[in-house]
Amino acid sequence: MRTRLFAVLALVAAAAATLSCGERGSGKEILVGEYGSLTGGIATFGISTKNASELAFDEINKKGGVLGKQIKLLVEDDQSKPEEAGTAVTKLINQDHVVAMLGHVASSHSLAAAPICQSNKVPMITPSSTNPRVTQVGDYIFRVCFTDTFTGEVVAKFVADTLKAKKVAILVDVRSDYSVGLQTFFGEAFKRRGGEIVANQSYSQGDSDFRAQLTQIKATNPEAIYVPGYYTEVGTIVHQGRELGITVPFVGSDGWDSPKLWEIGGDALNGCYFSNHYSTDDPNPAVQKFVNDYKTKYGQTPDALAALAYDAARILADSFTRAGSTDGDKVRKAIGATKDFPGVTGSITINAERNAVKPAVILKIENGKYLLVETITPEAVKQ
Amino acid sequence: MTTFLQQLVNGLSLGSIYALIALGYTMVYGVLRLINFAHGDVYMVGAYVGYYASRKLRGDQPSLLSAIFVMLIAMLACAILGILIERLAYRPVRRESRLTLLITAIGVSLLIENAGQLIFGPDPKFFPSLAPRADFVLEGVRVTSEQITVIAVSFLLMILLRFFILKTRTGKAMRAVSFSLDASRLMGISTDKIIGITFALGSALAAAAGVLIGMQIPKIDPLMGIPYGLKAFVAAVLGGIGSVPGAVLGGLLIGISEVMVVGYLSSTYRDAIAFGILILVLLLRPQGLLGRVQKEKV
Repeated sequence: MRTRLFAVLALVAAAAATLSCGERGSGKEILVGEYGSLTGGIATFGISTKNASELAFDEINKKGGVLGKQIKLLVEDDQSKPEEAGTAVTKLINQDHVVAMLGHVASSHSLAAAPICQSNKVPMITPSSTNPRVTQVGDYIFRVCFTDTFTGEVVAKFVADTLKAKKVAILVDVRSDYSVGLQTFFGEAFKRRGGEIVANQSYSQGDSDFRAQLTQIKATNPEAIYVPGYYTEVGTIVHQGRELGITVPFVGSDGWDSPKLWEIGGDALNGCYFSNHYSTDDPNPAVQKFVNDYKTKYGQTPDALAALAYDAARILADSFTRAGSTDGDKVRKAIGATKDFPGVTGSITINAERNAVKPAVILKIENGKYLLVETITPEAVKQ
Repeated sequence: MTTFLQQLVNGLSLGSIYALIALGYTMVYGVLRLINFAHGDVYMVGAYVGYYASRKLRGDQPSLLSAIFVMLIAMLACAILGILIERLAYRPVRRESRLTLLITAIGVSLLIENAGQLIFGPDPKFFPSLAPRADFVLEGVRVTSEQITVIAVSFLLMILLRFFILKTRTGKAMRAVSFSLDASRLMGISTDKIIGITFALGSALAAAAGVLIGMQIPKIDPLMGIPYGLKAFVAAVLGGIGSVPGAVLGGLLIGISEVMVVGYLSSTYRDAIAFGILILVLLLRPQGLLGRVQKEKV
């Protein structure tokens, strides 16, 4: 009886092993995982990213895929909760056996997931997490966007040189690594340019009443207010700020870029500025083709997060080809060797810190449209 | 000084919302000795009913009449929801231990939150402006018409409630039930009906709070009931749970102290101080500011 039970168990174990091997090794598909926020407070980020990655892989698959295989994208939702990002990535790696990972937009989420990818030796490319700490997690973690250090410099230069503001107030989201990082980098860069931070107020993601902070800010008479937050709160903040009689421009960064921003803030947003990764006004034919393809497929103008996700997916596919394999270590080295890749968000070179080096744009909000004000290159912020 | 007065106005309008929600907690506790944890979620449903009603009713221009209609529809819908919750969830277990009731309440709360995410969608929605708006500036203090509406409507509803409880027969019956459920039944009061009315009233007030917050913030989402419900619960305990004026006082105190903490200290201390106040009150005056001492009957 005993031996028979063991025999049965052994058979089951063997069957399970064969099955899982079958899933991992053979097949005509390369499985790529993506974790993102498809629902919740920053849902448009996740949806744009997913749409654009699918668009990129569809194009590649139509041309025959890479290494003679089709790329299949598996997407997991983390409900806009950083703590769920770890769960999503663990599932993609352990159950679905993906060979590479794309995501996330928000730095807090990427920071939760990156250590898991690193320890499992699964290369991860974040399209748009800008906090410098993300790629410092390890040598399997890359990004195709610039970092917040650069964004802080860019916004400081714009506020000081173009808006000619000397006194600036900051309203920061203390629960977001992205926001807190930008607050520091902007503050340092702005002070170096001779500016003064007259107020430093904070809120937490998910808050909905910002009148107390805005009243305090208004009392210090700033010439501009920097809000390095995400669109859901930003729209509400600007709306309530205008109600309290604040007339100076609110300035933000790429966290503002969402089709929903205008829906939330409406007219209150007119005359506000934010820094971003690309502009849909860019005459480059590759950009215009991407904008048109995306519009045709999803009926929406692609935001910067979509553009970055498109570039991230194409760089990943390109790296598979250059590595000649989907082996984690080989793919990692190929991603790191990316040089002058013609992306829609500019020419992308990955540096030794696994970050992309490229210019940023400043956009002005006018009646729901984002108008290009200026392009600031990495050389320009070096004084 | 201007800044302080402006913060006071901000605190008053936030506090009135807490007070409206706290009233529902306190009334239900008064008659059933139950903390109705689903109450914050009824408030959320009120905001959503208001949102859908205003999108249907609102013409091209915001008008006062449609605003009033929207509010009445939301209050009516939530009154019905309140009665349903009581009938379906609480009545069957009313005779069980207090713990059973409490756990049922938590279950109802989770049910409404998750059903809300399914039905309304988990993404936040944005309230259209309902009433025509105007701002008043007095000595540098800016008061928006929304803030005035929030404060005025809250106080009007609270006065009406007080009148209802003190002057009408039903109100008298409610007070009797809250004094002793069994004795009231012996005296011929239909206690089931009175409990139903209490839930309806409390839920209607929460719905009003939901529409008011929608007008003011103007962002609503299916989990918005959690923070507001929790704060309102603290407000009810602070004022003395079971006491109607206590709920109003507690709501205003929590609202104003929150705004002042955010304004003059830091937003990170906001909840710590709100709950710190709660702990202090419970230590020094366990019956709450305006509550009566009740001897536990054995």
